[in-house]
Order: sequence, then C-alpha cells, then structure tokens
Amino acid sequence: MNIVVCIKQVPDSDKVTIDRETNRLNRAGVPSIINPFDENALEMALRLKDLHGGKVTVLSMGPPQAEEALRTALSLGADEAILVSDRKFGGADTWATSYTLTLALKKIEEPIDLILFGKQAIDGDTAQVGPGVAHFYGVPMITYAKSCEVIDSGFKIQQVTDHGYNVWEVEKPAALTVVKEANELRMPSLKKKLAAKKAVIPTWGYEDLNPEDEKIGLSGSPTKVHKVFAPPVKLNKEILSGEPAEMVKELIYKLREKKVI
Amino acid sequence: MSTKKEIWVYAEQENGHLAGTVFELLSEGRKLAEKSGFTLCAVLASANGKPMHQELFNYGAKKIYNVEDPKLETYQNDYFAKVIDTLIKAEEPEIILYGASTIGRSLAPTVAVMGWAGLTADCTELDFDTERNILLQTRPAFGGNIMATIICPDHRPQMATVRSNVFKKEKVGEVETGEVIDVTVDISGVRERMKRIESVVEEVNTVDLKAAEFIVSGGRGVGSPENFDKIEALANILGGAVGASRATVDAGWISHHHQVGQTGKTVCPLIYIACGISGAIQHLAGMQSADLIIAINKDSDAPIFDVADFGLVGCLHDIVPEFTRQIAALRA
Amino acid sequence: MSEINYGLTEEQKEVRDMLDEFGRERILPVRAELDEKGIFPTDLLNELAQMDMMGLYIDEAYGGMEMGHLGFCVAVETLSKYCIGLSVSFAANALGADPIIIGGSEEQKKKYLSPLASGEKWAAFGLTEPNAGSDAGGIATTAVKKGDKYILNGTKQWITNGGEADTYTILAVTNKSKGARGVSCFIVEKDTPGFTFGKKEDKLGIRASATRELIFQDCEVPAENLIAREGMGFLLAMKTFDISRPGIAAQGVGLAQGALDMAVDYARVRHQFGKPIIANQGLQWMLADMAMKVETARAITYAACNTIDAGTKDVSKISAMCKCYAGDIAMSVTTDAVQVLGGYGFMKEYPAEKMMRDAKILQIYEGTNQIQRDVIGAALIKEYASKAK
Repeated sequence: MNIVVCIKQVPDSDKVTIDRETNRLNRAGVPSIINPFDENALEMALRLKDLHGGKVTVLSMGPPQAEEALRTALSLGADEAILVSDRKFGGADTWATSYTLTLALKKIEEPIDLILFGKQAIDGDTAQVGPGVAHFYGVPMITYAKSCEVIDSGFKIQQVTDHGYNVWEVEKPAALTVVKEANELRMPSLKKKLAAKKAVIPTWGYEDLNPEDEKIGLSGSPTKVHKVFAPPVKLNKEILSGEPAEMVKELIYKLREKKVI
Repeated sequence: MSTKKEIWVYAEQENGHLAGTVFELLSEGRKLAEKSGFTLCAVLASANGKPMHQELFNYGAKKIYNVEDPKLETYQNDYFAKVIDTLIKAEEPEIILYGASTIGRSLAPTVAVMGWAGLTADCTELDFDTERNILLQTRPAFGGNIMATIICPDHRPQMATVRSNVFKKEKVGEVETGEVIDVTVDISGVRERMKRIESVVEEVNTVDLKAAEFIVSGGRGVGSPENFDKIEALANILGGAVGASRATVDAGWISHHHQVGQTGKTVCPLIYIACGISGAIQHLAGMQSADLIIAINKDSDAPIFDVADFGLVGCLHDIVPEFTRQIAALRA
Repeated sequence: MSEINYGLTEEQKEVRDMLDEFGRERILPVRAELDEKGIFPTDLLNELAQMDMMGLYIDEAYGGMEMGHLGFCVAVETLSKYCIGLSVSFAANALGADPIIIGGSEEQKKKYLSPLASGEKWAAFGLTEPNAGSDAGGIATTAVKKGDKYILNGTKQWITNGGEADTYTILAVTNKSKGARGVSCFIVEKDTPGFTFGKKEDKLGIRASATRELIFQDCEVPAENLIAREGMGFLLAMKTFDISRPGIAAQGVGLAQGALDMAVDYARVRHQFGKPIIANQGLQWMLADMAMKVETARAITYAACNTIDAGTKDVSKISAMCKCYAGDIAMSVTTDAVQVLGGYGFMKEYPAEKMMRDAKILQIYEGTNQIQRDVIGAALIKEYASKAK
C-alpha cells in the first residue's frame, strides 16, 4: 500500500509571543516542529504500513528549512520524503497550497492508495488544505479520522463528529484528515535517525511541477491579510493578592455585588 | 463582478435537525446585511426542508434556497458539495457563512476549491467595509498569539467559517413568512465513493462545556492529575463544568473532552475561572468571550491576567479549596 | 547553555538527545507509579528496543550499534536522569552480555548477542549468592559435567532482571578444590527445565527493577554453553566488572544530574522572605558543590569509557574509581536535593525522596564502594611496586 502523508513545518505556537508595542510576533528562537496533528497522520500511516506493508512518503510544501521536518519524519519511519519549495510558491493561501500540493501528488509515479493530513495546522488552524487537495486530486475525503482499517472495498474510517462519531466506508484511493486521538506517537529510531541525517531529499520546484502561473503563490490566493493586531487587553480589571481566605472573601463579595453568583 | 447582493448562511442540518450554529450565523448575518444592504438568505439542503423553514425565518432569513433530495438526509461531502457549488454558480452570492463544525469544515473548503473562492476559517469577528464592499474577516492566528483580518478582494463568493458560541443567537421573533426558492440540483450523476454505515451520538461523561454557565479550568499549575480533584470540587459546588488547558491534556492529566482553546472547544460561560493557566493565547482564543473571567495564578505577570476581570495572585492549591469552602458556606 | 566538551561524537549526542526526549515523554509520566507499585518497565524497554537502543554496546557484526562504552554510558546516564529503576534494567542487559562479549565463541556471540542487540531478548548476570557477594570466591552453585551436559544446582540471589531476562550468564563451581580458579561461566536460557525464579524482591529503591532469586535444581545445560574454558569464570566475572562499572557510574552521574536540575529549578521559583531562595548565598554554595560533584563524576566516568574503548588492557582502577566516586556523589547530591526542597523534598509528591532512596544502591551493587576502594588500593600497591623495581 502506498501512503502519502502531507506535513507542514510550523513554529511551536506555545512558544510564540507577541510584542505588545510593535504588534509583531517574536519568532526569533522559536523552534520549528512538525505540525502536531500531522504527526498523528504520519503515525497512522506507519501503523498501516506495519500491518499491511507498503511505502510511506512524506510530502511538505514550504521554505528550504522545512527539510528538517521531513528528516524527522524519516527518522520516525517514513520511507521517502519530498520537499515542494520554490520562491514562486511563496505567499500561498490554502487554495494555492492545495493546488500546488496536488501537482506534486500527481508527479509521484507509483499509484497512491491513501493521502493523509493532520486535521489542521496549529499556525493557521484553517483545516482547509486536506479537503482542497482531495478535490483537486479527485479522491473522496473524510475529515477528522480517528481510525482507518483496510477492507476489501477500500477503507473503513471512524470519524469524530461534534457529538460522537460516524463510521464510513470509502473507496480507494482516499484522503483523510487525522485527529490527535487517533494514536500515540512512536519514538524515532536511532538507525533511521542517523540515516535520515544523510538522506538526500529531492526538492520539487516551479520547473518540476509546471503549474499555471495564476494559480500559485500570491496570485493564486483569493484571501489576503488585511491587517494583524494584538488580541485586545481587558481594562478595568481588579487584581487581588494576599491571604487566600481574604482574597476569596473579597472576590465573592464583588461577584455577589454583580449578582453573578 | 456582477454578483447577486446576497449573504448566505449555510443551514447545516442532519436528519431534519438544524445545527445551533445556524442561528448564531443568521443573527450575525443580519448585522452584516444591514450594513451592506445585502439580502440575508439561508441555504438548506436536506431530504425534507419545509419543517425547518419557519425557524430560519424567525432568526432573520429573508429568503431560503431550498434543495431537497432523499440523499441529503445526512451529510455526505460529495453530494452536499455538488449542491452548494451548483447553487453558487447559478446565483453568485457575495458572502457565504458556514459553521466551523465537522460538516462545515469539510464542505466549505471543498466548495472553495470547486470554484475559486476565498475561505477564512474560524472567524471571531465579521464586519463589512462599505467603501470597498468587502467582508472583513477577523480570526486568531499562530495559535491565537495574534489576530489577523483577512479579506478576499478579487474572488467571489467571500466565504467564512465560524465556530459555535462565538456569536450570540438573537431571534427576530415569530416572523410570518419569507420567500422560499425551491431549487432542483441533480445529484444522481455523483458517484457514491463513500458511504456512512453508522452514526453514534456519545454522551461524553457529562462534559458539556458549551452549555455550562460556570467553567472552572485547570492548567499546568494544577501539577498532577490527582490535583484536578480541587478543580472539580469547585466546579461541582458552582454547578459548572471542568475545563483544561492544552498542556494538561497533552500531559495526559485529563481527557481531551475538557480542552478549551484554539485546538479544543470554544466556550462562552457566565463565569470562567482559570486556575494555574498561564494564558497561552491558544487557550485565550477559546474562552475570551466569557462574560466574566477570573484568573488564579501565582505568577502576577501571567498573560491570563490581561483578559481577566478579576485576578487572584497566589497558589491555586490554597485558593481553590478556599473558594470551594466559602461558596459551600454561602450555600449552606 | 555552555556545554563542556567531552568529545562526544554526533551519534553519541544523538543518543543523548533522543533519550532525553524519551525520558520527558515516556518515563516522567510513569516513574512515580512504577516506583510505588514496583512495576517492571516492560513497555519502556520494548520501546527502547524499537529505538535501536538495546544494542548500543554490541558490535555491528552482531546487529548492534557499536557505539562503544561511551555511547552506552551516555545512554545509561541520560535514562538515569529520569529513573534508575529503568536504567538498571536497561544496563543489566549489557552486564549479562559482557561475559559472552569478553570470552564467548563466535557461535555463542552470533546466537546470543544478535537477539540482545535487537531487544528481542533480555539478559542478566548471575553471580551473587546468599554466601557469595563481594567475595565471589565463595560461590556454592555447582555445575557437574555429565556427557555433553552440565548439571547445575544452587541458588543465585538478588539478580537484576531475574525472571524478566531470557539469557542468563551464570557462575558455578566446576572444581571445588581449585577455589576461585574452579569457577566457570555458563549461558543458561530461560525455560530450561530445572531453572526457576523466586519472588520479586521488595526494595528500598530502584523499585521498578526486577530483583529475584534464580533457582537451579538439576538444571541441564548443554556443554556448548560453557563460556571460554572451565575455570575461567572468576576471571570473566572480574573482567566483566571492569567494563560494567562505568555503567553504574553513569547511573550515578545521571541520577545526580536529575537531582541537581530539580533542586535548581525549585530554588529559582520557591520564594521565602520575599525573594527566591536561590538568591541566598548559602544555598548557591550548596548547589555549586552539587554541580561540581556531578561534573567531576561525569568527567571520570567518560574518561573510564574512553580508556576501555581505546582497548586498554587493565582498566580495574579507573573503573573502580568512577563507580565508587559517582555512587558516593549520587548519594550526597540526592540527599542535598531533598534538603533544598525542604518539606517538599520529604514528600512523595516530589521525586526528590525517590532519587535519594534510589541512590543508595549505587554504593552497594556491582561491588560495594568499600570493595571498589580495595580494588583501587590493590592497584596502587601493584603500580608502585612495579615502579620501585
């Protein structure tokens, strides 16, 4: 079985802070990681490979340094990695990203059985690229997959919903976005990690994918960022300190004053 | 661009039940309609739409695009995407709003790429720029560390998803009637590539964060899974629910059903009590719209105090049990 | 952070970083429970196997990673920052394998080392008996040759990984009249008829590790399982200890480092009299002494590993020195860490008390620290006698 996992390198958003004076993100020194949900997608792929054999390819679109995320994926057990990177792809929103990734998927020679994504990326939180690629590539899409079982007709998927879960049968090839609850991640292996350091990762750029110019990068992106600003800070707040019993007493007094308790 | 001056709200339904978010979107859509002068419409794809129409009118829809087909009883991405895409291409609306539910988050991105529409996910604020005639879509980015306003100047429709509980639902009243446009979309040609064979509604051990009036949430400062007892005790005496930060869920101290934040649930209680939560903005994104926020943290510089109405600086292990005790004494 | 340059290779640093992540992700969440309930860390060891960590000390020819004693000790040290109950279970595999590595035939190495390298099987070393601990010459377990078999009878005591391991290297007397020269070493596989185990011992520290009696009752072992020749057992045991003691030292270094990290972190956030307690010079001096002990212990441990990896013939003294020193400082540093944490240090809610309980064994097993001083003393006598000539 051939599985392609699309991964994104993201800044560790827990460690990103904002400079309240300049309204800029303090990104210096913030480590880059594989988008956590994409790790669950990779783990799902690796477990399917453990059970059924086959090959797991990781695909990432991003700047040259996204290669690091791909090496991490190799050290976890992915067989091959491909980086989609070109200055001309820069500034892509989810529409243009879906288009560009699809061209890369079409360039992969072996027939693909399953395309996996994390349910969303923690930097943008859009959850759009998976469904976008599925449509462009022409395969059915199940979002929020918690489990994936191989059956005769394709795959049996458990999908997390807002109130419970659905079970779907979907034909092969298919695309899934994977939730965190799907699995617990494995630790990398030393042999694979050492090999991953030396692995040659092909980069596919503009020439390789031969895209329609108006569909990539900024020009292919319907959405534009109009402005960014810091989240609002509350005024009129009251900060209490001192002995717990006294603080709590005062708090309760004020809450009763406001008639909220 | 010669589009129809309409704002659509996707009326998400399953088995003839409309999702609660639909009413929140209609309520917000009314404000946008007023400002833009566009007509607020609901788009309803279902097996039998009529019983749902009145409620859509009651919340402000002036017009309903009604598509019926037995195959539209429950959600299936291929069928619904075909229906909505067909309608968009025929009617060319300016704006479409979707709930950011499992369904909305499948449908909207699919429809976006079927046309060449812009889509902004998880908006927390919508506004209309009357000068440029564009929708201003504001949402948190980078885990909520920053807010971004997104626009879609050159493509139509302008589409946005909005999570539940972000906007308040406000009924117009019992509206007598509105316009219903029955549209037939032939989906018989759509091949059935996926089939839903089971659908289960789970009662997840009574963690109803979305409906709770009081939420007591624990963060890394709670220190251990056992210490969540203290959080629970306070939640119980207030008749509320227990929430948690991503750090505690990741550490396995509490189940992910309790997670509040950008990657967890968005909540809107009367009182939100954050205990030992530093306030990574990924968490703030999920609870900022609470009516009243109380923060308990030993670090007086913690960002959680930026959004709090009341801040208690001190050790939660002392303060929370004390809080529980005094509330209990009050109730006794 | 400025890092002291010990000349670790990129691969050895990779081992350290990977196991640090393993420690944070996997050991921290469970160590208190493993300790309290005395649960053997089977899952953690299996995961270490999947990470290719079980064969660090084994040559590539037998499926290992061939990272030398230094690579192995860096691994033990890193795991020990989090839990030495786990790290001893990990390291005891090497102890069990060492007699085969030192004296085993090519066939024995192929057959027994490969599954140990992959982690498919685990090993243990059986020397100690009720009346033979530090005095390895007092072994009472016997092995009597009968055709193409040896018949083993006797009881081994306090064997780390006992009952959990698959491959055991066992010392038994083949010729009583020859004393220490009459001891031989055998490979005994689990499930050999006549080979059973006692109950898991309840211990002060390293409670996750399995410590059991090995009981041999007319246990028939194939003659080809004899390592080297009859009578070589005692020498094999001594050579095994020479190369295994830096592993115990590495446990001490890691444990003490973990305790130091915790103490400094705590001292930075704990406020008394309106300031963090680390602002007190008295406390800083205490932490400085702890840090010096940890670093000097690390330096001598790595030096011992490098000496062994360079193929040096006699390493008894440096091995004994690092084991003794690191064991002693682990005891004092963990005790001081409890002191820094004050009342919290004494409570089970914090890992300080576990670290202190765990540390004690490092002064006892693989030769008590009194025996280590004997070894060092004997080496000094030998050295200076030869100089005097």
